[in-house]
Amino acid sequence: MIDISEHLPALQVVVPMLSAGMVMLLRPRGLAWAAATAVSIFAFAIAIALTLTVLEVERQTYLMGSWAAPYGIELAVDAFSALLLLIVTGASSLALLVGYRSLDAEIETERQPFFYAAWLLALSGLAGILVTADAFNIFVFMEISSLAGYVLVAGGPDRRALTAVFKYLIMGTIGATFYLIGVGLIYLMTGTLNLADMEIRLQDVADIKPILVAAGFITVGLALKAAVFPLHIWLPNAYTFAPNMVTVFLAACATKVAIYILLRFNFFVFQPNLAGHDLQFGYFLMPLAVLGILIASAVAMFESNLKRLLAWSSVAQIGYIILGASLVSLAGLSAGILHMFNHALAKGALFLTVACLGLSVARLDLNGIAGIGRQMPWTMTAFVLAGLSLIGIPGTAGFVSKWYLISAAAAYGTVGIALVAVIVISSLMAVVYIWRVVQSAYFGTPQDATTLPREASSVLLIGVWAATLANFYFGLAPALPIELSGSAAALLLEHMP
Amino acid sequence: MSAAELILAALLLPMIGAIGIALTGRINANLRETVTLTTAGALAWAVWSLLPAVMAGERPAVSLFEVMPGIEIAFRVEPLGMLFAALASSLWIVNSIYSIGYMRGNKESHQTRFYVFFAISLAATMGVAFAANLFTLFLFYEALTLSTFPLVSHKGDDKTVRSAMVYLGILLTTSIGLFLPAIIWTYLAVGNVDFALGGILEGNIEGPAVGLLLALFVFGIGKAAVMPVHRWLPAAMVAPTPVSALLHAVAVVKAGVFTVTKVIVYIFGVDFLFSTPSSGWLLYVAAFTIIAASVVALRQTNLKRMLAYSTVAQLSYVVMAAAILKPLAEVGASIHMVAHAFGKITLFFAAGAIYVASKKTEIPQLAGIGRRMPWTMAAFTIGALSMIGVPPTGGFVSKWYILAGAFQADNYVALATIVASTVLNAAYFLPIIFAVWFMRERESDAVAHGEAPLPAVIALTITAGLTLAFFLFNGPALELESQIFGATP
Repeated sequence: MIDISEHLPALQVVVPMLSAGMVMLLRPRGLAWAAATAVSIFAFAIAIALTLTVLEVERQTYLMGSWAAPYGIELAVDAFSALLLLIVTGASSLALLVGYRSLDAEIETERQPFFYAAWLLALSGLAGILVTADAFNIFVFMEISSLAGYVLVAGGPDRRALTAVFKYLIMGTIGATFYLIGVGLIYLMTGTLNLADMEIRLQDVADIKPILVAAGFITVGLALKAAVFPLHIWLPNAYTFAPNMVTVFLAACATKVAIYILLRFNFFVFQPNLAGHDLQFGYFLMPLAVLGILIASAVAMFESNLKRLLAWSSVAQIGYIILGASLVSLAGLSAGILHMFNHALAKGALFLTVACLGLSVARLDLNGIAGIGRQMPWTMTAFVLAGLSLIGIPGTAGFVSKWYLISAAAAYGTVGIALVAVIVISSLMAVVYIWRVVQSAYFGTPQDATTLPREASSVLLIGVWAATLANFYFGLAPALPIELSGSAAALLLEHMP
Repeated sequence: MSAAELILAALLLPMIGAIGIALTGRINANLRETVTLTTAGALAWAVWSLLPAVMAGERPAVSLFEVMPGIEIAFRVEPLGMLFAALASSLWIVNSIYSIGYMRGNKESHQTRFYVFFAISLAATMGVAFAANLFTLFLFYEALTLSTFPLVSHKGDDKTVRSAMVYLGILLTTSIGLFLPAIIWTYLAVGNVDFALGGILEGNIEGPAVGLLLALFVFGIGKAAVMPVHRWLPAAMVAPTPVSALLHAVAVVKAGVFTVTKVIVYIFGVDFLFSTPSSGWLLYVAAFTIIAASVVALRQTNLKRMLAYSTVAQLSYVVMAAAILKPLAEVGASIHMVAHAFGKITLFFAAGAIYVASKKTEIPQLAGIGRRMPWTMAAFTIGALSMIGVPPTGGFVSKWYILAGAFQADNYVALATIVASTVLNAAYFLPIIFAVWFMRERESDAVAHGEAPLPAVIALTITAGLTLAFFLFNGPALELESQIFGATP
C-alpha cells in the first residue's frame, strides 16, 4: 500500500496536466466541463491536504524520481506556497463549478473541450510554479500557465480580446524572457538551478556583477508578470475582454503567483548574498507600490466599464501587496501575503457577481447596469458586501489585511506615517469607485425598459454568496490565513543575513 | 435568563423581528405591525432586565470570539451604554406606535422595507450601546450607517436620493478616513482597544499627539455632528418623520455623542485629558458648534430643518459637557442625552403629525394651528421648553448639571456658551409657540383639518409626558451615571 500523502506535491501538478489531454477529447461539452471541474476540485482537495501538512511540519519536500537534490528536481511546499495553492485551486474550482452557464454562453460550443483543457493546463502551470523548488522549472511552468492563459483570455466572444491578448502575450513573453536571462546568468555563475542550492553556492561567487544583473532582470521580469505599476498596462484590457469566468480565475491568482516568485527569489536567493539588497525594496519597489495604489485607484474612480474598473482596482491592490513586502519586516510581509489571500476572496466574489450581470445585461458598464438592483437584488447585494471587503470595512477579510498593513507601515518610522495616509486615502478612493457602481445599480434609471434583466441562476448565486460570505468569515475568524501568512513571512525572513 | 443571554437577546431580537416583519409583510399589514410592536416590547424587556444588575454595580459581559490578538467581538454593559440602550429601546415602542399612524396616514409605499430596516438599525444601536471595545463598536456603528440609508432614501425620488447620498457619504468617509485610523492608532499605541474606566491611553501617548488623536476621534465620529461634519444631519431630514424622530433625534445621533463620551471617559480617561493641554480645543469647537448651529436654526423656515440644526446644537452640548472633563459635567452629558431625546422626539413627532394632518412643513404656515391640533401643539410646546431648558422639563435638569460641572472647572467659556445658546433657543422656539397659539391662521393656508391619526397623538403625548416626568423622576438615571465617576449629585 503506497502512502499517497507523500506524493501530494507531485500530484498537485501532474493530475491537472495529464487530465488536460483527456478533457480535450471528451464530448459532449458538458462532460468536458464536468471532468475539468472534478479535476479542479481534486486539486483543491490536495491543496487543503498540503496546507494541513505544512501547518504541522513546516515544509513538505518531494524528490522527482527519487533523484536527490540538487541533482534531481525537488518539489517543496511550505506555508507560503500552501496559501497560494489554496487561492489558485480554490478560485479555479469555484469558477468552474458555478460557471457552466456563463462559460457556455461565452465560448463557442465546439471549442469548449479545448478551452477546458487550456484551463487545466493553466491550473497545473500555476500549481507547478508554487510547488517546485527549481528556478528553471519555475520558468517552464510559468510558460505553460501563461500560454494556456492567453488561450483562456482570447476564448471569449469579444474580438477586442485578441488585441488585448496580443499585448498580454508580448509583455508576458518579455517578462518571462527577462526571468530566463536572470536565471541563466545565475546558472552560469553557480552551476545550479535548485533555489536552496543557489543560495548556498552564491556565497562563494567572487564576481558579484553578473548576479546583480540577474537580480535586476528577474525582478523587472517578474514585476512585469505581476503587473506592478508601471508595468501593468497589459492587465486592464486582458481582464476586461476575457470571458467572465476566466477573469474570476485569473484575477484571483495569476498576478499573485508572479509576486510569489518575486518574493521567493529575492528573499531566498538574493537577500542573503547581495549586501544591501533589501534597500531596493525601500527605494525601488515602495515608491512604485505607492504610485500604483494611488494612480490605479484614481483611474478606477473614473472608469465606467465594470470589469475594467475592477481590473484597475486590482492594479492598486497589487500595490498593497508589494507595499507590505517592501517594508521588509515580519509584520509587513505577513500583511502583504495575507492581502494576497484576502484580495483574492474579495475580487473573486466581485468578478463572480460581474459574471452574473454578464448573463443578464448587454453592456457591462455603469449605464448598462443602471437600475439593475431591483431586478437582480441577490447579485447586487453580494456586490455591495464584497465591495465592503475590497474597501476594507471592519468585519470583512479586506479589513484584516489592511489593519496589518497599517500596523506594519506605522512601525516603519517617519515614512510610515505617509504610507498610512496613502492606505487610508486609497481606501476612501475605493469607497468612491464601489459607490459609483452601487449608485448606478440602485438609483440609475434603466435605459432600455423593454427587456427586464432576470436574476442569475441559483447555481451562480450560490457561488457568489459562498465567496461573499467567505469574506465575512475570514474577516471575523481570520486565524488560518493569518497563521499561514505569518509563517510564510517568517520563512522568507529567515534567509535575511 | 442570565445577563449574558440578555445581552445577546438584545442584539438578536431586533434581527429576528426584522425577519418576522419581512415574512409577515407580504401577508397582512396588521400582523406585520404586531410583529414590530412585539419585538420592540421584547427588546425593551431584555434591556430593562439588565438594569438591576448594572444598578447594583455589576458589569455584565459576554465575549464571542477573538478576531485578532487583542481584538475581540465582545459586549459589556456599563452605565453609559445601559442608559443609551434603555432609552433607544423604550422609545422604539413609542416610535412604532407613531410610525403606524404616520405611515398609514401618509399612505407611504414600501412600508415593509421601512419596518425591516428600522428593526435592523435598532439591533445596530444595541451593538453600539453594549460594545466592550472600539472595534466591536465600530462594526455596529457602520452597520447603523448602512441600515439607516434605505430609511433616509425611503421616498426614492432624485432629491431624496441625493440627500441620502450626502448622508451616507459624510458618515462613511469620516468613519473610514478618521475614526478607523484613530482606532488603529490606539491599538498600535496600547495593544488593545478595550473600554476601561480611567482610560487606556495614559502613558502610551503624550503631547500634541493626544490632541490630534482626539481630533481624529471627534471628527471621525461623524454621527456626533460636531461642525464641520454636521451636514449629513439636515440632509437626513428627507426621511419619513418617524425616522427623523427616533434615529436622527435619538438612536443615530446619540450613538455619535455616546461614542464621543465613551472615548473620552473610557479610552482617554477624564483626568488624563484634563492634564493634557493639547486636547483643550474640543471645548471651543463644541461651543462654536452650539452657537453657530443655533444661529443657523434661527434662520430656517422649514420646521424639520430647524429641528435638525437645533439637534446639531444640542448634540454639541453633550460633547462640550464631556469636554469640560469634570465628573458633574460628564453626568450632565449623559443626562442630556436622555433629556434631549425625550424633548426632540416629541418635537419631531409633532412636526410629523402636522404634516400628516395638514401637509404643512414650513414654520410660517403654522400660525394658529394650535386650535386645530391642541394635543399635538401642547406636546410641541413642552418639547420646545425642554430645548430651552425651562423647568419643569427634562432639559432643565441636564443643563443644571452641565452648568454645575462648568463651575467645578471654572470654565467660563462653557458657562457663557450655555447662557448664549439658551437665549438663542428661546429666540427660535418662543416665536413659534406664540404664533401657534395666539396668532390667526393665514387665509392662504386655511385647510380644514383636525388632529393627526390617533396612534401618532398617543405617541407624542407619551413622549411629552416623559419630558415632564424626567424633571421629577431623574433619580435612577443620575444614580446610574454617578457610578462611573463617584460624583454625588
